[in-house]
Amino acid sequence: MALSGLDIYKLLPKTNCKKCGFQTCLAFAMQLAKKAVSLDKCPDVGAEVRALLEEASQPAIRLVEVGAGDRRFAVGQETVLFRHEEKFHHPTAIGLIVEDDVPASGLAHVLKGIHALEFERVGQKIGVQAIALHNKSGEKGRFLEQLKAVRAASSLPLILMTSSAATLKEALAVAGPERPLAYCHRVTDLASYISVCREFGVPLAFRASSLEEFSGATRQAVQSGFADLVLDIPEGRAADRLWQLTQMRRLAVKKGERSLGFPTMVIVDTAVESEAVCQAAAYISKYANILLLRTVKPEHILPLLTFRQNIYTDPQKPLQVEPNIYPIGDVSKDSPVLITTNFSLTYYTVLGEIESSRVPSYLICMNTEGMSVLTAWAAEKFGAEQIADTLVKFKLADVVSHTNLIIPGYVAMMSGDLEDKSGWRVLVGPREASGLPAYLKNL
Amino acid sequence: MAEELRLVSHWSQRVHEVRIGATKQEGGSRAVTLTVGGQGALPFLFKEGALPHPPLIAAEVFDVIDEDWPETLCRDLDGMSRDPVRWAGTMIKDVQADLVCLKLSGTHPDGADKPAAEACDLVKKVLSAVDRPLIVLGCGDAPKDNEVLPVISEATKGERLLFGDVVQENYKTLTAACIADGHSIVAESPIDVNIAKQLNILVSDLGLPLDRIVINPTIGALGYGLEYAYSIMERARGAALSGDKMLAMPFICFVGQETWRTKEARVPESDSPGWGDARERGIMWEVVAAMAMLQAGADILTMRHPQAIRIVKHAITELMKG
Repeated sequence: MALSGLDIYKLLPKTNCKKCGFQTCLAFAMQLAKKAVSLDKCPDVGAEVRALLEEASQPAIRLVEVGAGDRRFAVGQETVLFRHEEKFHHPTAIGLIVEDDVPASGLAHVLKGIHALEFERVGQKIGVQAIALHNKSGEKGRFLEQLKAVRAASSLPLILMTSSAATLKEALAVAGPERPLAYCHRVTDLASYISVCREFGVPLAFRASSLEEFSGATRQAVQSGFADLVLDIPEGRAADRLWQLTQMRRLAVKKGERSLGFPTMVIVDTAVESEAVCQAAAYISKYANILLLRTVKPEHILPLLTFRQNIYTDPQKPLQVEPNIYPIGDVSKDSPVLITTNFSLTYYTVLGEIESSRVPSYLICMNTEGMSVLTAWAAEKFGAEQIADTLVKFKLADVVSHTNLIIPGYVAMMSGDLEDKSGWRVLVGPREASGLPAYLKNL
Repeated sequence: MAEELRLVSHWSQRVHEVRIGATKQEGGSRAVTLTVGGQGALPFLFKEGALPHPPLIAAEVFDVIDEDWPETLCRDLDGMSRDPVRWAGTMIKDVQADLVCLKLSGTHPDGADKPAAEACDLVKKVLSAVDRPLIVLGCGDAPKDNEVLPVISEATKGERLLFGDVVQENYKTLTAACIADGHSIVAESPIDVNIAKQLNILVSDLGLPLDRIVINPTIGALGYGLEYAYSIMERARGAALSGDKMLAMPFICFVGQETWRTKEARVPESDSPGWGDARERGIMWEVVAAMAMLQAGADILTMRHPQAIRIVKHAITELMKG
C-alpha cells in the first residue's frame, strides 16, 4: 500500500544531512512518496527500512501477464473499489472454455466462432483474450493432442486446465514459451503445479475454498519464491462469489493484505446461456480480472465486451477522436457537411447514423476536448466563434462546392450568430443522432 | 495467529423505504403492494447489512407507441402493444413483471395530443385490469404534464402510485398533487449527484416526505454512456449509506427506454452479420444494461422485452439468495 510522505519521513534518519541533495529529510520523503527520487540517494537508511519502503512501493494487487506476442494481456494492479475514485486499470480478460474431448470437426467450428468475437466500438478494438483448454477427458494424450490442434489454429493466449501436474508439464514442454496461464483445480495439488510453473516461468491460477485458504496458499508460494498467481473464486451462489471478490479487492487495496493481492478469476460454468451472461455482467462489475465462459455467440459476447469497455473507461478522461473532416461513403463536392464534437461517444454515434442513412456525407469532428455537444457549447468549446474558426482551419471551402453546414439540433440557438461569423448557411439537424437517417434522406 | 481476513464497511444510514401501491384497507385497490429501498449495505453484500427488498422490474407500457420499434420487438409484443390495458395485464400475469410503468406518450402536444380525461381514463382501466402497483409517467412536455398528471393524481387518490418525472425546472405542480393525493414521485436529474440532491431538497421543502421520493439518475444505454450513471449511482449510494439523507432514496433506471433506441438492439442481422441473432442481441442488450444497473444499486428497472424481463427476474432471484 502506498505510504504518504509523512509515513516515509518517520522511517528516515531525520538528520537533515543533505547528502541526498534535499535540504531536509522531510523534503526528501515527499519526493519519495511521489516516486520522483530513488531511496538510494540516502546513504544512511538501514536495510530494514529499505525493505519496508520497497514493500510499500509494490502495487497492492500484483500484475500478472499471460501470453506472449501481440495478443498477450495483463490483469491486476487495480487500485480502487469504485471507478469514480480513480479508474479501473486492466480490463477483465474474457476467455472461452474449450473441452479436450471435442472432436476435430467440432473444434474447428468452436475456434471459428471464437475468432469471430472481435469487434470495433468507439474506435477501439474489443474482443476475447484467451482460450481455456479444459482436460475434461482426464487423459494426458487427449489433452496434448487437442492442445496441438488449438495452437495450430489460434494465436490467442491459452489457459491450460489440466487434471494433473504431470499433464501440465508435458503441455508446457510444448507451449511453455507462449506463456500460458496454468490452472490448478485443487489446492492440495498446488505444490506440484507450482514446481512445474516455476520450471517453465508461467503464471498459475488456482482454486481454494475460502479467503483463509487462499491466503495461506499464497503466503507459502511467495515464501518459496513463486508469486505469479491468480485466485480462482470457487463455485457458489452469486452473492457469495461477489462477497469474496469484494473482500479480496478491499483487503488488498484498503488494508494492504499482501496474501490476497493477486488478480482474481471467475469461471461461469452454467449451461443456460442467458444465465451465464447475467452472471458474467455482475462479475465484470465487481472485481473479476479473468472471466471464463462457455457461450461463443456474438449476441452474448458483444454486450459483455461493451459493458467491460464502459466500466474500464477512465472517468476523468473521455475517449476522444482526432479532430478532422471525415468523408463517409462515396462523397463528392456536393455532399452534405455535418459538424459534431470529438467526444468519442458522440462522434461514433453520429457516424453510425450517417452510415446507416447511406447518404455520403462529410462529418467534421471538432476539437471540444472530449466534451459532448451541450457540455461543449456551455463551456464555449462548441460556439459560433470556435466553429467558424474550425471551418477556416480545415479549409472546408476547398472540400465542398456548396456553403451549407448542418449543426446538431441542440445548438440551434447559435444558428444566426454562426451564419454571421462564418459566412456559411446553417441548417439545423435533429437533436438526437437517431434522427439523422430520416433527416439526411429528406435533405 | 493472523488477524481475521475480513473488511466490513460500517454504514451509518439506510436508504429510505418507499412503498408503492395501497390495499383496499389502506384506501387503494391493490391486491399487492411493493416496497423498495431499506438497504443498509452495497448491492448484494448480504454479510454487510440489511438488504430487505429485491429490486423490482416494472414493465414498460405505452398509451401510444411514438417511436419506430425494431421488427423483432414488435413481433414479440404482437397484439399487445396496440391495447395498453391488455399489454399491462399480460406483462403482469404471463411475463410476471412486478409492476407496470405506464408512459403517457400520447399526451404530447407534438404527438397524438390526447386530453387529460382520456389519459386518466386509461390509467383507471389499467388499474382495474391489474392488481399490482402502477408507475405513471407524463410525456415530458412540462405544461402538458402539469395539466394531465394532477388530474390523474386526484382521480387515483389513495392508490399510492409512483408519478414521474419532476425535474429541477418543473417540480411544483406534480409534487403538490402527489402530496395532496398520497402518491410518491420520481425525481429526475441529469447524471449529476448535486442536482439529484438539490431536487430532493426542493421537493421535500414543499412537504413531500423523504420516503416518497425515488431518484431517476438518467441512465445511458449499454455502450452509450451507461458508465456515467453507473458511477453517479455508486457515488450517491455511498453518500446515502454514509449519512446523507437527501440522497438516500431508491433508484429507478429506465433500461428499456434507453436500450431500444440503440443500434445494437435494432439493426437486423443482414446489416451486421458479425453481431449475431438480432432478436437475442436486442434482448441481451437490455439484460446486460439491467444487470449493470443492479450492481450500481438500482431498485426499480423499467424494461420492455418480455424475455429480457424473465431473464433478469430470474437473475435477481439468484442474486438475492444471500
